[in-house]
Amino acid sequence: MSELALNPAADAAKPRYYLREEHHPENGTLLGFWLYLMSDCLVFACLFAVYGVLGRSYAAGPSGADLFDLPLVAVNTSLLLLSSITYGFAVLEMQRKRLRATLLWLGITGLFGLGFLGLELYEFAHLIHEGAGPQRSAFLSSFFTLVGTHGLHVTFGIVWLVTLMFQLGRHGLTGANRRRVMCLSMFWHFLDVVWIGVFTFVYLMGVLP
Amino acid sequence: MLDHLDLTKLVFGRLSWNAIPFHEPILLVTFIAVCLGGVGVVALVTRYRLWGYLWRDWITSIDHKKIGIMYVILGLVMLLRGFADAVMMRAQQAVSFGENVGYLPPHHYDQIFTAHGVIMIFFVAMPLVTGLMNFVVPLQIGARDVAFPFLNNFSFWMTAFGAGLTMASLFVGEFARTGWLAYPPLSGIAFSPDVGVDYYIWSLQIAGVGTLLSGVNLVATIVKMRAPGMTMMKMPVFTWTALCTNVLIVAAFPVLTAVLALLSLDRTVGTNFFTNDLGGNAMMYVNLIWIWGHPEVYILVLPAFGIFSEVVSTFSGKRLFGYASMVYATVVITILSYLVWLHHFFTMGSGASVNSFFGITTMIISIPTGAKIFNWLFTMYRGRIRFEVPMLWTVGFMVTFVIGGMTGVLLAVPPADFVLHNSLFLIAHFHNVIIGGVLFGMLAGITYWFPKAFGYKLDPFWGKCSFWFWQIGFFFAFMPLYVLGLMGVTRRLSHFDDPSLQVWFVIAAFGAFLIALGIASFLVQLVVSFIRREQLRDTTGDPWNGRTLEWSTASPPPSYNFAFTPVVHDNDAWYDMKANKFERPTSGFIPIHMPKNTGAGFIIAGLAAAVGFALIWQMWLPAVLGFAAMMAAIIVHTFNYKRDFHIGADEVVRTENARTQLLAAHV
Repeated sequence: MSELALNPAADAAKPRYYLREEHHPENGTLLGFWLYLMSDCLVFACLFAVYGVLGRSYAAGPSGADLFDLPLVAVNTSLLLLSSITYGFAVLEMQRKRLRATLLWLGITGLFGLGFLGLELYEFAHLIHEGAGPQRSAFLSSFFTLVGTHGLHVTFGIVWLVTLMFQLGRHGLTGANRRRVMCLSMFWHFLDVVWIGVFTFVYLMGVLP
Repeated sequence: MLDHLDLTKLVFGRLSWNAIPFHEPILLVTFIAVCLGGVGVVALVTRYRLWGYLWRDWITSIDHKKIGIMYVILGLVMLLRGFADAVMMRAQQAVSFGENVGYLPPHHYDQIFTAHGVIMIFFVAMPLVTGLMNFVVPLQIGARDVAFPFLNNFSFWMTAFGAGLTMASLFVGEFARTGWLAYPPLSGIAFSPDVGVDYYIWSLQIAGVGTLLSGVNLVATIVKMRAPGMTMMKMPVFTWTALCTNVLIVAAFPVLTAVLALLSLDRTVGTNFFTNDLGGNAMMYVNLIWIWGHPEVYILVLPAFGIFSEVVSTFSGKRLFGYASMVYATVVITILSYLVWLHHFFTMGSGASVNSFFGITTMIISIPTGAKIFNWLFTMYRGRIRFEVPMLWTVGFMVTFVIGGMTGVLLAVPPADFVLHNSLFLIAHFHNVIIGGVLFGMLAGITYWFPKAFGYKLDPFWGKCSFWFWQIGFFFAFMPLYVLGLMGVTRRLSHFDDPSLQVWFVIAAFGAFLIALGIASFLVQLVVSFIRREQLRDTTGDPWNGRTLEWSTASPPPSYNFAFTPVVHDNDAWYDMKANKFERPTSGFIPIHMPKNTGAGFIIAGLAAAVGFALIWQMWLPAVLGFAAMMAAIIVHTFNYKRDFHIGADEVVRTENARTQLLAAHV
């Protein structure tokens, strides 16, 4: 390629209808992953819509105001938001090509994620114990499904995170691994954005009379 | 709780010997025939030692061309099953009058019409559409493969295993008796306590993941991998329609996934999304499923429009009339397809204002569609038209589809819809557009690109037979249903009291018989063409005097598609190359970077199907183990970093020299 560019005679002979040299189309991974995230976003959009329709169908059972423990949810939200910040630090360290620091921040992110999941499971167990399980009313069905789907995503995110940490440990910050870190980064921040929606529409607005 | 948990229940769930339909002779005979056929195929494959070949060259292949071909084979095989259902329904309705109850008990009949709809949409139309897009799009845009070749293989196997689960319901348990969209509360656990709806849910969930991922894949492919010079407005129209269809897939299938997941939670966990009590709302299901369902219609028909555009332009020997308007019409349809879903249930009672909105948006969609029809007609106008088989399907489509489109506009008028809703008029309408639009399009596409895929043309005589039987058979089969619908006959009935209706059903059954001859002719065409392949051989790679890049390479194309990446200057790129005396390069070949085959897609999809089967029968232990195995397989796959290799320059030289000699020998 560079030889050709240096040689005007060769450049003039450049064929009109094909490339003599190897052609590298742009890598589509980040776009593809972004498209997947948007499709996932639509799954959440459906669940939000369903919650919007059924969120006040209490069937003579408890309402959000009766059930939600806002301080607990506030702690939970902080854990998840902090995990997004720490993931950001991991990406910054990756840009500086510092493997150990990247791994450290990823590990901290995972711990925040686990803390979030732990509190969520505690909340669910508590609700079910009080007789406010997903079978009790359409409101609770849609609540458990929306929040639970988010929780499942976080669970898969953590499985992915651990897998990726092994892969980083084995192969280092190669091009492929850096791309994977960026994909998981999008996934993780996406879950954060969804959670802000859950926190606002389900919990904050749910305790309004 | 724990004393109820015995191990048999944990392992086998609801599955027992009662699930095998020993007492239903029709199913039993079919089952035995399928088993014998299966054993025969296995024996033949073993006899000719083809297992290794199948595994290496097809099952694990990530070559978009082979995956495309496998999709089309899947679609055609499932067409036979779906059509068998159709014939059974037509036969039942033709005889089941008055005293005669017909030969199908309602329990069985209801499964047949559900399976017919599900199979024809999800496992015939979708695989044919996806298959053709997979095969053609990378060739048309001058790429060597899709953006995510492994994902492509995985998507195919998810679709195939989803189809397999639906087929399994024939012999193990039963299928849903709810109609193809499984509306609750009928599909809820209270009214459908058996496994039928669960088969429905899990086949579609598994196939749906495949469809979604292949949508993501093709969008990324079209956006990122076009040959240099091919700007968006230089893309062939089929690629444009493929792009719009895949955008629709990415934007619509998640809704299906979500709504089916909610239905399965209602059925297995006991939630109350769509139940009659405790605050559930069944109409929400109907809204959500049609928010997926209406775009789905356009997912199917847009690529068919793309195929007709390619065919019309090629066989009229002219540049497509109104390329830009064609692109804009496609994009407008893509957007509008999200604004019409409520016309499927005007009778729900949303009120006059809501119904008017959706009625009007529905009518507006007919404008870009009409523009397309005129573009095709103007392309033909003063063209040198060659009435080869793909062109016959296209002309047949234009006549048939316009009729279907007009009855669609009739149904879009809410007051008329209150009369015609769920009548046979509706059945006639959507078969009119799906057979006349999608199916004719797919058959045109298969005939058009068959020589590209296999290196020889399909025999035209049998192709013409197939076309005329389908075309005439279609009118015999569905025009009577318009009449019956106008007289008020509703859909999904297995028995009638009024003997004066019978004659119409007999005519419809005769139409189905003609269509059967059409399908038989198509199969004969495949066999005859294979036998006569030397006479029908395409040595040039360009058998129809085509206009787009797929015709610039050999038939069948080498695994790398193009020895050198083409450079595009015109939207009919290959026509432009031919017009400017393009000389095919015969030297200077370089190694080509290609993705490597992998069995991971097949294995993961197989495990997903096993988990689906376990969930259908509530076999909790196998379900958990299967899920763990699937996750393990996915994680193991991510540890595979060596996913590509180079085809050596010497091999490229050998392949290209063979083509040079072939071209020289046939000048």
